[in-house]
This record gives sequence, C-alpha cells and structure tokens, in this order.
Amino acid sequence: MSSTTTGVVSRRRRGVERAAWLLILPFCLLFLVFTAWPVVQSLFMSFTDTRNRDLRTPFAVEFVGLDNYVQAFADPIFRTAAANTAYFVLVGVPLTLAVALAAAVVLDKGISRFRAFFRLGFYTPVITSIVAVAVVWRFLLQDEYGLVNTVLGWVGIDGPNWLGDPDWSMPALILMAAWRNFGTAMIIFLAGLQAVPASLHEAASIDGAGALQRFRHITLPLLRPTILFVSVTTAIGYLQFFEEPYVMTNGGPLNSTISASMYTYRQFGFGNYGYASAMSYLIFVVIAVVTALQFRLLRERS
Amino acid sequence: MNRNRWWLYVPLTVALVAVVAPFAWMVLGSFKGEGEIRANPPTWVPESASLDNYTQLFSRLQFGTYFLNSAVVAVLVTAGNLIFCSMVGYALAKLEFRGRRALFVVVMATLMIPGVVTFVPLYVLVVNAGLANSLPALVLPFLVSPFGVFLMRQFISGLPGELLDAGRVDGAGEVRIFARIVLPLCGPALATLGILTFLGSWNNFLWPLVVAQQESEYTLPVALALYSTGQNSIQYGLLLAGATIVVVPVLLVFLVFQRRFIEGIATTGIK
Repeated sequence: MSSTTTGVVSRRRRGVERAAWLLILPFCLLFLVFTAWPVVQSLFMSFTDTRNRDLRTPFAVEFVGLDNYVQAFADPIFRTAAANTAYFVLVGVPLTLAVALAAAVVLDKGISRFRAFFRLGFYTPVITSIVAVAVVWRFLLQDEYGLVNTVLGWVGIDGPNWLGDPDWSMPALILMAAWRNFGTAMIIFLAGLQAVPASLHEAASIDGAGALQRFRHITLPLLRPTILFVSVTTAIGYLQFFEEPYVMTNGGPLNSTISASMYTYRQFGFGNYGYASAMSYLIFVVIAVVTALQFRLLRERS
Repeated sequence: MNRNRWWLYVPLTVALVAVVAPFAWMVLGSFKGEGEIRANPPTWVPESASLDNYTQLFSRLQFGTYFLNSAVVAVLVTAGNLIFCSMVGYALAKLEFRGRRALFVVVMATLMIPGVVTFVPLYVLVVNAGLANSLPALVLPFLVSPFGVFLMRQFISGLPGELLDAGRVDGAGEVRIFARIVLPLCGPALATLGILTFLGSWNNFLWPLVVAQQESEYTLPVALALYSTGQNSIQYGLLLAGATIVVVPVLLVFLVFQRRFIEGIATTGIK
C-alpha cells in the first residue's frame, strides 16, 4: 500500500472517529449528569447522615458507614414495606402472567374474528396513567356503593371493604395492577406464540394429542424464554410500585399497603436523605439481582 | 387449524367488559353531580349530565396550566429522545470508534436503573443548580434514555450497509449520512420510540411529585394525586373529571396509532 492511500484511510478513520464522538456527545453529557452521577452520589449519601439541612453542602456531612442500612433492617416499618413489596411481586407477577397467557392463547388459536379488536381492548389500560386509574379504582372498590361490590352482589357474594380492611387492601391493589398491566405481557406472548411453528401442532394432533397436551408439551417449552423475559420485566416494575398505595390507601390501613418505594419517598419527605438513599439502594440491589438472573437463565437456554 | 370455537367469545367479551368498564364509569361519572356519584346502587348513564366538574377544574383549579405543563414536558422529552438516542444508535450500530464497546456496555447496564435510586441526589443537584420548581427540572433528566439508545441501535443495525457506503463514495461525512440517509429510514423505530416516550412522560409521577412543589409547575398526574389525597378528596365529580382529562387525550392518540404501536411493543419486547 502506498503512503498516500494509508494517509487517506487514516484521515478517513479520524473523520469517522470525530463524527462518532460528535454524535454521542449530547447523550454522554446528559447521561453523566442526570444518571451516572446521581447513581454514584446516591451510594455515597447512603453511607452518610445527610439531611435536608445539608442540601447546599452535600459533601460536608458525617460518614456513618453502614448505619443507614443497619437502621433500615431494624426499622419495623421498612420491614413491613419490604414484606408488602414481596407480597405484591410474588402474587402479582404470576397472576398478571397467567391472565396474559390465557388471553394470548385464546386470541392466537381460539378465535379467528375480532382478534385485533380484543387485543386493542385488553391493551388499553396499559397506556393510562396509574394515578388516574388509581383514583377511579378507589371509587370502584368502595365498601357500600362501589361498582365491584355491586357486581359481586349480583352473584350473591358480600364483597369485603377492600381498601379499609388490612387483609383485603393488598389483594385489591394486586387485582388492579394485574388489570392494568396484563396487556403488555399479552402482546409479547402473542408475538412469541406466532413464532411457534403450526406444523408442530399439526403433527402432534395427528398423533392424537389434545389441545391441553399440545399446550403443555409444545407451546409452553417453546415459550419459555418469552415467559422468563416477561416475568422479569414485570417483576422489575412491580418491585417499584408506588402510585397505587400513594393514591388509594396512603399505605394503610395499618401500613398493610406501604411499599418500599413509598417508604423511601416518605423518609425523603422527612428530610432523611441518607436514610432514603440507603433504602433506595436496597431496592436497586434486588432489581439488579433479578436482572442478572434473567441474563444468566437466558444464556443457559440459548 | 384456526377452528372457530364460538363459545370462547363469551369469556372474552366478559373480560373485555371488565377491562373497559372502569373507563366508561369514569367518563360517565365525570358528567354527574356529587349526589348521583354516591348513589346506591350506582348508576351508569348520568341522570342530569352537566359540564360543571370540567368548568370547575379549569376555572377554580388550574387544570389548564397542568395540562399545558404535561404537554410541553412530554413534547420536549420526546423530541430529545428521538434526536439524541438515534444519534447514539447510529454511532453504536455503524461507526468504529474508541470507547464503542464501553458505551454499549454502559447503556445495557443502565437499562434497568429505577427512578427511585436517583431521585434523592437528583433533587439535591436540581436545587443547587437553582432549577427547583422549573420546567427544565422536569425535562432535563429525561432527555435521553438507555432504552431509546438500545431500540435505535437495534433498528439501525438492521439497515443495509450498501446504502451508507453509497453515501461514503459520494464523499458525504458521517454526520451528513446520518441526517440524510439513516434518519429517513428510521420511521418505524422513531414512531415506536416517540409514542413510548410520550406516554412515559405524560404518565410520569415520582420525579414530578418530588421536584414540582408549586402549583404553577404541577403536571396532571401530580395535581390529580395531590387533589385526590388532599382537601378536595371528597369531591368525587371533580376527581373523575380530572382522571378523564389525564386519560382521554392519550387514549385518542393511542387509538389512532395503535397498530404501529402494538407491533412496536411486540418487537422491542422480545428483542
């Protein structure tokens, strides 16, 4: 290669390098200031006794080691909040996925007309504001003249005082969350189901396999990665639930619906920034573990 | 294979009614007076429909301002994401540069960072920058998103390299190739990202609740949540009308773009 072509190539390469940096510059600046830096500072704050009076001097604070974390684990309300969050995730995610999968299977194989119409209808709650939906559901779930208990009354069931009873408040929030969120999972399942080759189903039914057997032995195994992906993304969303108790119950009755995010926000409101940061990092660690688990499981499969 | 099992339409219709009924009740209720909303048994169609609740929201309360705040923030955030994320997406997909791998790893690693982790230090930052209670505080932290970068990178990776090479032979610089050749081909990805970002911003709650502490900076969800838990919490008609104002505009936009949108969810969801 002559020296002139090398010169042209390296000049060209330098041009590409400069263009690339020009293109990523705005993102990098915004990302560094508004995401990377806060993530690091949040960790720093969680080891300090930062309070709202330290707002203007965030670095002139006492280093307290793991005190905030120790305090969180000893705080009965945080423990309740963590248990409530686990309840919400462990019951809410399977319920949401079961409803979504049932809807997707019926829409995919069960019917041939109005498929797009039902899909659209089931997806609608997903795009709406949780705050607005929570305001509406607070009325629907009222004890005396709420729509839910009226409908239950038609079939002879005496509905509970959903949001006023500590045993029913969390089930009520979970029902609402499943109602609002199953649409996303359903759409992703539908796309996954369409990738299941029809020839497999045909071969199995020639061999005499019934619909249920085909679902168990063909559809479910092929859908595994999709189910895994959807359960992880749904769990990550549910781990942060906040609007529902904020609007519908204010965490009550008797702290039965206070969530980890909501208690973090409350401590922030009290001015305990260091303590709030420590609790937010605990939520972050759980989310990171769940995400890492997903990547590992997906890699094993593929 | 698609046998038509007609009886499946029965549970499907029941489920659809259960999904849509709360919205119907919300919209119908927003035209009712206070007495009728509390009626037992509940009514569906308003006996005497009126716009009272809406006139009160816009005259006595400042829902016009909140609506405008929500709209301005959502438009700016969407524009920022479309421009900046597609720029990074192109660089990551098609250009060789130092730090490319590192950037991609960082983007992937931060896809799942929840807002609850960053809001305390972000609040400190915004207050110290003198931006508290201002629209920029609502917009700046959301102008770019790792998800947007990921989405655009995946889409642009699929574009044929020959098109770009043709531009390079003609002597166009990379920035020019991006603006003239790549962007016009990104329609479907930009539409998906645009709608998702707009919805996310319109419905966003935690950060606006933290940072907007004067009524003049409230967004719709913040105003609605604070009214529903504050002194107006017993004025059910007002709250239902407020919820309708938050939900119905995006519902209409969604119905117009729904096909493209749902396909976008399906493809970005399974990656």
